[in-house]
Amino acid sequence: MAFLRLLRESPLSARIGIGMILVTILAALLAPVISPYGETEIVGDVWTPSSSANWLGTDQVGRDLFTRLVYGARNTIAIAFATTMLSFMIGTVFGFLAATLKGWFDLSLSRVVDILMAFPTLIFALMVLSVVGTSIPALIVVIALLDCTRVYRLSRAVAMDIEVMEFVEAARLRGERIWWLMRQEILPNAMPPLVAEFGLRFCFVFLFIAALSFLGLGIQPPTADWGGMVRENAGAITFGILTPLWPAGAIAFLTVGVNLVVDWFLHIASGLKDYE
Amino acid sequence: MEPLLVVKDLFIEGYSDDQWNPIVNGISFSLKKGEVIGLIGESGAGKSTLGLAAMAYTRQGCRISSGSIVFDGMALLDMSPEEQRKIRGTRIAYVAQSAAASFNPAHRLINQYAETPVQHGIMDFSTAEKQAVDIYRQLLLPDPENIGYRYPHQVSGGQLQRAMVAMAMACRPDIIVFDEPTTALDVTTQIEVLAAIKRITDQFGTAAIYITHDLAVVAQIADRIMVLRYGNMVEENDARQMLDNPKEAYTQQLLAVRTYRKEDNGAASGQQPMLKVEDVSASYNDKEMVLENIDLSIKRRRTVALVGESGSGKSTLARVITGLLPPIEGRIVFNDTELPPALKYRDREDLRKMQMIYQMPDTALNPRHKVRSIIGRPLSFYFGMNGAEREKRILELLDMIELSAEYIERLPGELSGGEKQRICIARALAAQPELIICDEVTSALDQLVAEEILKLLQRLQNELGVSYLFITHDLATVKAIADEIVVMLQGRIVEQGEKEKILAPPHHEYTELLLSSVPEMDPDWLDRVLDARKDAA
Repeated sequence: MAFLRLLRESPLSARIGIGMILVTILAALLAPVISPYGETEIVGDVWTPSSSANWLGTDQVGRDLFTRLVYGARNTIAIAFATTMLSFMIGTVFGFLAATLKGWFDLSLSRVVDILMAFPTLIFALMVLSVVGTSIPALIVVIALLDCTRVYRLSRAVAMDIEVMEFVEAARLRGERIWWLMRQEILPNAMPPLVAEFGLRFCFVFLFIAALSFLGLGIQPPTADWGGMVRENAGAITFGILTPLWPAGAIAFLTVGVNLVVDWFLHIASGLKDYE
Repeated sequence: MEPLLVVKDLFIEGYSDDQWNPIVNGISFSLKKGEVIGLIGESGAGKSTLGLAAMAYTRQGCRISSGSIVFDGMALLDMSPEEQRKIRGTRIAYVAQSAAASFNPAHRLINQYAETPVQHGIMDFSTAEKQAVDIYRQLLLPDPENIGYRYPHQVSGGQLQRAMVAMAMACRPDIIVFDEPTTALDVTTQIEVLAAIKRITDQFGTAAIYITHDLAVVAQIADRIMVLRYGNMVEENDARQMLDNPKEAYTQQLLAVRTYRKEDNGAASGQQPMLKVEDVSASYNDKEMVLENIDLSIKRRRTVALVGESGSGKSTLARVITGLLPPIEGRIVFNDTELPPALKYRDREDLRKMQMIYQMPDTALNPRHKVRSIIGRPLSFYFGMNGAEREKRILELLDMIELSAEYIERLPGELSGGEKQRICIARALAAQPELIICDEVTSALDQLVAEEILKLLQRLQNELGVSYLFITHDLATVKAIADEIVVMLQGRIVEQGEKEKILAPPHHEYTELLLSSVPEMDPDWLDRVLDARKDAA
C-alpha cells in the first residue's frame, strides 16, 4: 500500500523510467510469444534493411534482429539482475559485519577489498574469465565478486553512521546478537542509499557484460545478448548500415530507464522536498 | 523617540507536506534603540523564525507572506536582495545557538571577525584586527591580543560563543539577534556569556532580540519580554512586570517551571545498596584517565543524581556501569554479585535488570520500527512473550506512560519529543529493570515537557520501586528528583551525600559554583552573582 501511494506521488520522469523498465521486462518475459522467429534461426540474407518480414532487418548471419533483441533482453537482464543481487548480498553482509564488529575484522577485510579495487575491473575480469572459462555461472560469480567491493565500501560507510546511533547501542545493551543488529537495526535505515546504489550497479553490470561480450569473453554465441550483438554487427556501420545501433539503443534505453527511477529513489532517500 | 525596528502584522509560512503552513501568525512589535527584547517560547513557537525575519531573512522553505518590517525608516521587505544584504551583518547582526557549528573550522577567529567589515568596505583588515582585540578584551576573553589568532577548535565552547558575539559586534550594528546563545553551554559557562552579552549591549547601546526557551535567562538580559506559542503572541510586557504579575495561564506555567519537588516515598536510607561502583578508574586510550577512583552506591527505590559539567565523566561512568567501556580498575557489584566488566560476558538476566534512557530520544529510537516492535522487542527477548500476551503487555506499558493505545502503530517520526522520550521509558520498563540509568533525559526537551517526564519517572518509581541513576548537568532537575547527589569534576567525585546535606551550606567550592550559576527568575540575579563573585575574588 505504501508503495502504491509512493507511486502515485512519483514525478513524471520516474513514471517514464518505470514504463521503460516494464517494457524491457515484458519483452524479456514474453520473448517466445512476441518474437516471430527462433533465437538462432537463420531467416534471410545478411544485413537486410527492415521489412515487413524482418521488422528491424537481419544481422551478420541473417538472423532476425528483432527476435535477437527480445531474447537478448532476457539474457542480459537476467544475468545482470542475478549478478547484482549476488554482489549486494555479499557486499552488504560483509560491509555491515565490518561496521559492527570493527577491529581486526574490519581492518583485514577492508585491506583485502582495497587490493581487489586496485586492479582495473575489466582487466581483472578478463584475466579470471580466461582461466575459468566463460560459462554463464562463472560470469555471474566473477562480476559479482568484483562488484561487491563497491557495495562493501558503501554499506560499510552507511552502517558506520548508523551503528553509532543510540538505538543500536540500546539494542547492544539489551544483549542482541550481531545478526539482529544488522538485520533489524541497521538494514532498514541503510535501505534508501542501498536501493539507489542497486539501480546504478545494475546498469554498470550489464554495461560491463556488454563490454566483456564485445571483447569476446562475455555471453558466448549463438546466445543473444545486447553487448555481443553490437560487437558482431559493428562492422556494418562502416557500410552505412544501422543494424548495430538497435542493440546499442536497447542498452541505452534500459540504462536511461533505470537511472530515471534511481534518481527518484535518491531524491526520496535524501529527504529533499520540492518547492512549488 | 522613533523606534529602531517596527514589525507589523507579520505572517510567515513554512512549506511541508505539500502545503504552506503558518509558522508566525500576525505578530507585531517594535524595538527602540538600545532596548533588549526577549522572545520566549517552547520549540515550534516560531521564535527563531521571527528573530531571523527581523533581518528580512527566512530559512529555506519559509516565506514571509504578509506584514511589514521597517528598520530605521526603511521598509526591509520592499528592498532588493542586494540592499538587504548590505544591511545584514553591518546594521543587524546574528548570533547563532551553536558557535561550534557556525564558525568555519579552517579559518582563524580574527579572519572570520574581519570578514564582514572588510567585505562591506567599512574598514581595512588591520583596523578590524585592532578593533577585534579591543572587543575581545571587553568580552573578558583570556589573552585578548592573541586569542583571535587561534582556530575555533583551540578555544572552549564558552569562549567561542563570546568570539561569535564579538564577530556580531564587528560593524557596530544597531541590532543583534541572539538565537539561544547559551542553550548549548554548561551553567558555569552560560553565566560568563550572559555577563559578556549584557556588558557589550550596555556599553555600545546596541538593541537586541534575545531568543531563548528559558525564562530565567531572559529575565537577566531583557527589558521587555514577549511570550510566543504556536506562532502567536501570548503576552508582551516589561520584563519585571511580567515576572511579578504574569497575566496569561501559559506564562504562569512557564514561571512555575522547576518548582516540582519529589515527595518522600519512604525508601529507607539504611538498607543495603543494590548497585555498588567500587574504586573505578576508566580511560579511552589507556593514558589519560577519564574517571579516577569513583565510588558510589545506589539503594532500592532511590534516585541518585550525578551532576557535573560536560566533560566531567558522567556519561563515561554510565558506559562503565553498563559494560560498554570496561574499567581499567575497580568493580561493579550488583545485588552482591560482581558483574563481568565487559558487556559481552554479562548474561541476559544481568542486562535485563539494568536499563538505560538516553538524552536524545530522536536517535535512541530506530526510526524504521513502530512503537509495537520498539516496546515489544524487550518483551519477547527477555520474557519470550508473543502474540496476544505481548500485545496486551505493550498496551499496559503504554498506559503506564500515559499514552493511548493508538500509539502502538506509530513510527518515531510521528511522535513529539516528549512522546518519544515516553516510549524510551516504556522500552526500559518493558524489561522490568531494577535500575534505570537516565542520561540527561530531560535536557533535550522543552521545560514544561521535561517537567512532565520528571513527574512520570517519579510516579513510576513510587509504583514499581525502580532505582534511578540520574545523570544531568541541570541542578534544577536534581533538586526536583534526587534523593542523593554525587558531584563530579574532571573525572573525580568532589562531593556526595543526601540531597538536603549537599544543597545546604556549607558547600564544597565547586558545588557552590554550580549552585550559584543556576539562573533564577529574578532580573537582578545576574548582577548580584557577579558582584558577589567580584567581592570574593
